[in-house]
Amino acid sequence: MSARVSALATLRGQIERIETAEAAHHRDRVALGHKEADGALQGGLARAAIHEVFCEGRQGTAATGFVTGLAGRVSARRPLLWVRQDFSELEVGALSMSGLAELGLDPRRVVMVRAADAEAALRTSADALACDALGAVVLELWGESRQFDLVASRKLTLAAQASGVTGLLLRMAANPSPSTAETRWMLRAAHSPPGAMWSAWGAPQFDAELVRNRHGPVGRWIMEWKCDECQFSEPSAYPQPVAAAPAHRPHQTAAFGDRRRVG
Amino acid sequence: MDENEPSIVVAKETNALVIHALDEAASRLGLHIGLPLANARAMCPDIRVFDADVVADAKTLEDIADWCDRFTPLVALDPPHGLFLDITGCAHLFGGENALLQVLVRALARQGFAVSAAIAGTSVCARTLTRQASGTIVADGAEAEAISTLPVSMLGAGEAITAGLRRAGLKTIGDVASRTPHEITARFGARFSTLLAHALGQGDAPINPRKPLPDYIVEKRFAEPIATDTMIAMTLSRLAETLVASMEKQGKGARRLEASFFRTDGAVRSLTVETGRPVTQSAIIDRLFRERLDALADPLDPGFGFDMVRLSASRTEIVVQEQRDLDSHVHDNDELAALIDRIAARIGGKRVVMHLPQDTHIPERAVLAVPAQHHLAAAAQAEWPARTESEPPLRPLRLFERPEPIKVPFATVPDGPPHQFTWRRAKHAVVRVEGPERIAMEWWKQDGKQLTRDYFRVEDAEGLRFWIFRDGLYEGEVFDSDGKPVPPSWYVHGLFA
Repeated sequence: MSARVSALATLRGQIERIETAEAAHHRDRVALGHKEADGALQGGLARAAIHEVFCEGRQGTAATGFVTGLAGRVSARRPLLWVRQDFSELEVGALSMSGLAELGLDPRRVVMVRAADAEAALRTSADALACDALGAVVLELWGESRQFDLVASRKLTLAAQASGVTGLLLRMAANPSPSTAETRWMLRAAHSPPGAMWSAWGAPQFDAELVRNRHGPVGRWIMEWKCDECQFSEPSAYPQPVAAAPAHRPHQTAAFGDRRRVG
Repeated sequence: MDENEPSIVVAKETNALVIHALDEAASRLGLHIGLPLANARAMCPDIRVFDADVVADAKTLEDIADWCDRFTPLVALDPPHGLFLDITGCAHLFGGENALLQVLVRALARQGFAVSAAIAGTSVCARTLTRQASGTIVADGAEAEAISTLPVSMLGAGEAITAGLRRAGLKTIGDVASRTPHEITARFGARFSTLLAHALGQGDAPINPRKPLPDYIVEKRFAEPIATDTMIAMTLSRLAETLVASMEKQGKGARRLEASFFRTDGAVRSLTVETGRPVTQSAIIDRLFRERLDALADPLDPGFGFDMVRLSASRTEIVVQEQRDLDSHVHDNDELAALIDRIAARIGGKRVVMHLPQDTHIPERAVLAVPAQHHLAAAAQAEWPARTESEPPLRPLRLFERPEPIKVPFATVPDGPPHQFTWRRAKHAVVRVEGPERIAMEWWKQDGKQLTRDYFRVEDAEGLRFWIFRDGLYEGEVFDSDGKPVPPSWYVHGLFA
């Protein structure tokens, strides 16, 4: 009996050692900027791991924005590889580099891979995750995907742990399934702070629900993305009372200023 | 099927079916190319007739040319059924000109082709010889002598000239050559006299090879054909080593590599990989080809085996040495370029892109996607317009390639934003609006009238944010056939985070 117990203890010890060795990178965490969320994540989003972001089909852009934010936080001036399958472009539109720049990320660092299907996309991201020159790899998949099972997820996690690159999975119109992800998020768009119809909307607002967290509690928060500081924060009522003037507006439309206040 | 039954191939020429090609049995019966089908049937009622397929013929000729690549990299097509091979400096590899000719003719005959081949100092002379005296090898300078007894029709100068020469009593090429060139030129034109001069070995018309000559070629031939993946991979990596070694001597690296697999039955398969930076390591070449082979939709079919594998560097560049140890940035860039090359080898170079900003206000044209392999440096240094500080995003994160039409029931203010709209069969009530941002089309380059767009950034009750626009000014730009203004249509062009 005691021999069996000690054997078990030895095994447990070995597993622990293996896991701590794997988790060497895990101590490398990036704070998101949102205090409660950072608390739940024990300091921030872990690098060298896989994080999943799920959303309903029509919330695709909100989830894209959130993933863009996460990628901006973890990649830290290093190149970002964005892998997407052709179908998602038809459904929610192509990722726009101008929009990316507006969120405070540098389009010069983004390499886009247009994979034809989920299989090619998965394979490419597994390759890319093994390349330590990258800051982050985003894998964008639309719909349920047969190819993305526990084995595929494990492969990605192992590649990420070995290289120290962070993998971000954007799963639009998909239901969460068992995976080896470090965290899993459910994303919805959040309202702008209350205000008049004609008052400008503010920075992007996300209703982010942390539904799985390997090393801490879960939670649900409204997060705001600060484009200038390139970080998340608690939502703030947007103080600007009038609409900001759009860039590049031809001068002929100055007359519309009156109508704005009336309407 | 009876092998000895005469068969002919017919094609339509000037509204009559005439013989396009025929086999030996048919030619023994006295049929010849150009004879109308009706006459042929009259002469031999139980003849078998096939329709000519010019496209398939051309394809077959291409395939044979591919196969001939094993003898020399310079293979030119001479349609409809000829090939020129420039074997300068290649013959000794096969044991001399005679041996080469034997090997080539025998191998093609084994594949089921009737071949006539000749070797001469000029391409025109060789072609002339194949028509009458197949198998001839003409020593340098002996062209005139070799073809002097051949009939003039063998020059292939066209019906009118051949007939004219015959009428003038010039039956053989030797007869024509005995006249002074200016006589020939005066009667038959400069083009014919040039052809004649080339046939006689005085000057040569350059052939037009199908592929440019690669900078470096290495190849491996097998007495016993290879078929297993391991052997193929091993051969490729050996070849890569040899190739790199020969490039290294001249300080070159490969930008485009081509591997050709020659199957014993004559089929040739070529794979190409491109790289963003000159490659100088055989391991990288090896890996790129492995990726390429792995990703093939129709895998390399060895059939009865490959008897030759060739690796060529069709584009090379001088390698600039960089200091690598101290600067981690250089290392990162190299790694990234190598990763892009690998992905491109797998899924295609056009599918890995970076973006360049364009100088235009039109949202869908503001960004240009370019292949990352070739524009890595340019894209990494591009000047993007700076975003306005402390402003929410002015451009959507996701943009539709084609704006999607939305149904707008009415707008309170005629040229204002809608209060609700229907997109993809779902109703959205507008809660927040910002705009308009007016974007006029580029009148100085547009073809056809394009409409001014008024863009609005709107948020619906759920918090989803859209970038919608009205295509055309209200009652200002869109008219029906009677010239009455009609309400412009609305589109959603993008989605904000």
